[in-house]
Parts: sequence; structure tokens; C-alpha cells
Amino acid sequence: MAKHLSGRRPPRIGDAPNFRRALIGIVLFFVAVVVIAPLAVIASHAFSKGLPYFAAAIAEPDTRHAIMLTVMTALIAVPINTAFGIAAAWAITKHDFPGRRLLLIVIEIPFSISPIVAGVSYLFVYGLQGLFGPVLEAAELKIMFALPGIVLASMFVTAPFVARELIPLMQAQGRDLEEAATSLGASGWRTFFTVTLPNIKWALLYGVVLCNSRVMGEFGAVSVVSGNIRGQTNTLPLHIELLYHDYDAVGAFAAASILATLAVITLVVKVALERQGAGRRSRPASLAGNDSLSEVKP
Amino acid sequence: MKRRVLPGLPLSLGITLVYAAIIIVLPLIALVFKAASLGPADYWRIISSDRAVASYVVTISCAFVATVFNLVFGLALAWVLVRYRFPGRRIIDALVDLPFALPTAVAGISLTTLFAVNGWFGGPLSALGIKVAYTPLGIMIAMAFTSLPFVVRTVQPVLEELDPTLEEAAQTLGGSDLSIFARVVLPLLTPALLAGVSLSFARSLGEFGAIIFIAGNQPFETEITALLAFIRLEEYDYPASAAIASVMLIAAFVMLAVTNLLQARALRYTVRN
Repeated sequence: MAKHLSGRRPPRIGDAPNFRRALIGIVLFFVAVVVIAPLAVIASHAFSKGLPYFAAAIAEPDTRHAIMLTVMTALIAVPINTAFGIAAAWAITKHDFPGRRLLLIVIEIPFSISPIVAGVSYLFVYGLQGLFGPVLEAAELKIMFALPGIVLASMFVTAPFVARELIPLMQAQGRDLEEAATSLGASGWRTFFTVTLPNIKWALLYGVVLCNSRVMGEFGAVSVVSGNIRGQTNTLPLHIELLYHDYDAVGAFAAASILATLAVITLVVKVALERQGAGRRSRPASLAGNDSLSEVKP
Repeated sequence: MKRRVLPGLPLSLGITLVYAAIIIVLPLIALVFKAASLGPADYWRIISSDRAVASYVVTISCAFVATVFNLVFGLALAWVLVRYRFPGRRIIDALVDLPFALPTAVAGISLTTLFAVNGWFGGPLSALGIKVAYTPLGIMIAMAFTSLPFVVRTVQPVLEELDPTLEEAAQTLGGSDLSIFARVVLPLLTPALLAGVSLSFARSLGEFGAIIFIAGNQPFETEITALLAFIRLEEYDYPASAAIASVMLIAAFVMLAVTNLLQARALRYTVRN
């Protein structure tokens, strides 16, 4: 880190000026190609025919509907997954029960599974050929190719997002404060809201922001369960695909620019929250970038 | 002394178990159930068909190349971010996560537009005789993009924590930079590198959104397994789709086991040191 690089210390390996300059140059070149160019190409194509054309593309009814559907999906899926994440973290870190390790692994599963597999799996639960298909059809409940299916698939894909931020943090914080609060007579809810929540708020927000970003951008899983009905079950990412294949480049990139803006905002908020101590990276005690929840000792 | 038991276990554990069962476990069981209903002979016929096998080869070989690229580039990127100070470093550090934040469909159309023959990069490359979009090279680029942050983010903290005295000791013993890197630094980074690589490879195997735009999707040549499962669905061939998806599910669980094993090893390693 910076303090080791001060002039008093001998240079560390790789600090030779020419090597340093060359490596920075190569890395910056690849970052420009791989990360910055895609953002630039979105902006360039979205505005290629000028601002009025861009505005018209966004205001087009099917695009507006796709935006609404995406926002609605997030408004349902994100709060539910947040509640799940808090409940899971409370149960796992504040109590002892057999099978905690297994539960951690189950919660983590969606990260390892292809969104396509997730979508196909949901079809075999709620689709016509699925486990509940006949029952749902008899009851005239439509889950697949409709909003509930889109929400369910989004919830599967993002189920671990909040839990994985809270569990390592709450594990590290221990139970002493909560035990003190309840021994002084506070109820469970009061203990959670006045003792636990203030200690986890940034990590919670961090998980919520990442969860929202993924819900709004999810493509594979939703594309299996949505049915892609234009103006009805097309979320924004699906609508981008449709416009792109219609050779409506400006429309596709205008819609894409909304999601790209959301991605950039997410990154900015993420960095701001990391400064507040949220996110794994700011906790040096935990293993480096461990994407797994299994670092939690049972 | 017996610990005081905190309240809320029945409610929180109840919510967790019900939610995990309905949202996570039930669909996967339904998939396995559907695939199992095929019977061994039909199941094997579907998953070992020429087109399916070709899709495994395309997916695995492209994921392999993308992961090797991310291993090298991810290590270089982590090194530059941790060891050097230069203007724009913090912005680059934040941008490393863009592939996770940018929806895959958006990444897909952007990369395709960049690497198409008339694109910013595709134009000059095609003048050199290199075609990217609609070839396996395009698949590799999409995979490398979507899994870029894994190696960087697993290696970066280990590199930050690396004890400078180890390098100093090697330097006083007269080691060259290259030999110190290879014999002192790299072994310390290896557990984190392996963990990052396995996450990156697993993600590439399952990626769909970013790839289908750039791949060309020609059976036997540029068709990934995830797309084949999707195509079988669109053809209303549900059992075939279930069978192919179940192969991807098995691959995902194998990768999950490998990753957990590597991370457990990495954890032991860092604790011991």
C-alpha cells in the first residue's frame, strides 16, 4: 500500500520505471478496450441521430412500457429479497442450529447457476408442462409468460445478494450488543431496529443496490419465462434485444443507455458505500474477495 | 456459562427456509424431475447428440481461453491497482466492476457493435484478416468481459496484505525481480488466483445474454450450450431442454464444489501465514 512506497524503502519488485510504465500502459489499453469502449459506443449510437430522436426513442410506447415493467419487477422483487436477506442473516449469525453450513450453501446456489437453467427450471414448476401447470391452469392463474413469472425468476437470480453482504458482517460483529439489549428488556424487534440495524445499514444498502441493479438488468432467466410479448411482458433488457434484432439501432442503444446509466450510478453508489465500510473489500480481516459465504464458521 | 438466546429464531429461520425452499430448491428439483422422467436411454441420446456435444466443446473451449486471458489480465490489473499510483487509478478501480453492473444484454449489443466488421475495433481487425463478431473469438470476448472482475477482486486484497519484508528478504539474497515474483510472490497469490479462476470459468460456462448477440449462433460452430437449451424450449421440445439444462446444472455444481474447495484451501493458507 501507499505507505510502503515512500522513498525511504528500497524499491519493491516491479517498481523499475520502465516496467511500471509499460504495465500501466498495457492495462490501461485493455481497460479502455474492454470497459470504456462499450460505454462510449452506447452513448455514441444512442445519440447518433441527435437528441430529439433519442427522446422519441425513449418515449416510444413499447419502450415506456418496458421501463415500467422493469421498475415494477424491481419494486416487488428487491424488497422481498431484502426481507429474506435480513431474515437469513439474523437466523444464521445470531443463533446456533444444526445445518447452518448447508443453508449457507443453498442460499449461494443462484450465483453458480446459469440464468438460462434458472428460467428453464421455473418453467418446469409453473409452466403448462410443469409440476403445478395443470393445477394453475384449472385455477386460471397465469404465472409463466406474465409478471409473476418475471418476478419469480428475478428473485431466484438475486436471492443471495443481500444475505451475502449481511452474513459476514453480522458474523464479525458477534452477538454481544444484541444480548446486552435483550438482557436489559428490549424486545427482539426493538433490538433489531435500534441495535443491529444501525450497525449494518451501509452493508444492507450495498446489498440492496447491487440486487436492484441485477434485477433491472436480468436477461437470461427472464427471457425464458417472459414470453417476450411486445408491450406486455417485455422488460427493458428484453426490449433492447427486440429493438436490436429489428435493426432499430438508435432505439436499442437509447434503451440500453438507460440501463448503462443505471450501471454507472450503481458503481458510484457502490464506491460511496465502500467508503462507509460496506462491501467485503473494505474488511481486510476477511479473506480476499471471498465470493463464498462459506467463510462463516459454524 | 450458557449464552443468552436471542429472540426471533422461529420467525427468521422460518422465512429463510420457506423462501429458500420455494424460490431456490423447488425449481431445481422440478428440473431434475423433468430430466429424470426421460429415462436413461433417451436422456443419454439427447445429451450426447452431436449438436449438444459440439455446444459443450464451444462453451468449454471458449470459457477456457477467456479464463486464461482473465487470469493474466486480472493479475496485471490487480498488480497495477495495488502497487502503482497514477492519475485515474481510483476510477479504473471502480470501473473494474462495470461488467457486473452492466446488464448482459447491454454488454452484448455494445460488444457486437464494437467488434462487427464496420465497428470501431472490428473494422481495423478485419483489415488484418481477423474476424471477431459471429465467430468463437466473439464468444471468448463476451465471456472475458462478463467474468473480468473475478480474478481482480480475489487477488487484489491478498496483494494489498502481502508482507513487504518477504520481498525485501528475497532482494537481500540477491534475487532478480522476475525470480522473486515467480518464487515468492506468485506462490502466495496462487490460492486467490485459483479461486478467481474457478469463479471466472464457472461464470463463463453459464453466460448467455452477452454471448448470444456476438456469437452468430451457428449450430456446431458458435452455438453455446445455454443457447441450445433455449432453442429446444422455443421448439417446444421440453424434455430435451430439461436434459441439456440438467447437464449445465451438474457442471455448475461441480464448479461450485471446486470453488468451495479452492476457497477453503485459500483460507487455510492465509490463516497459516
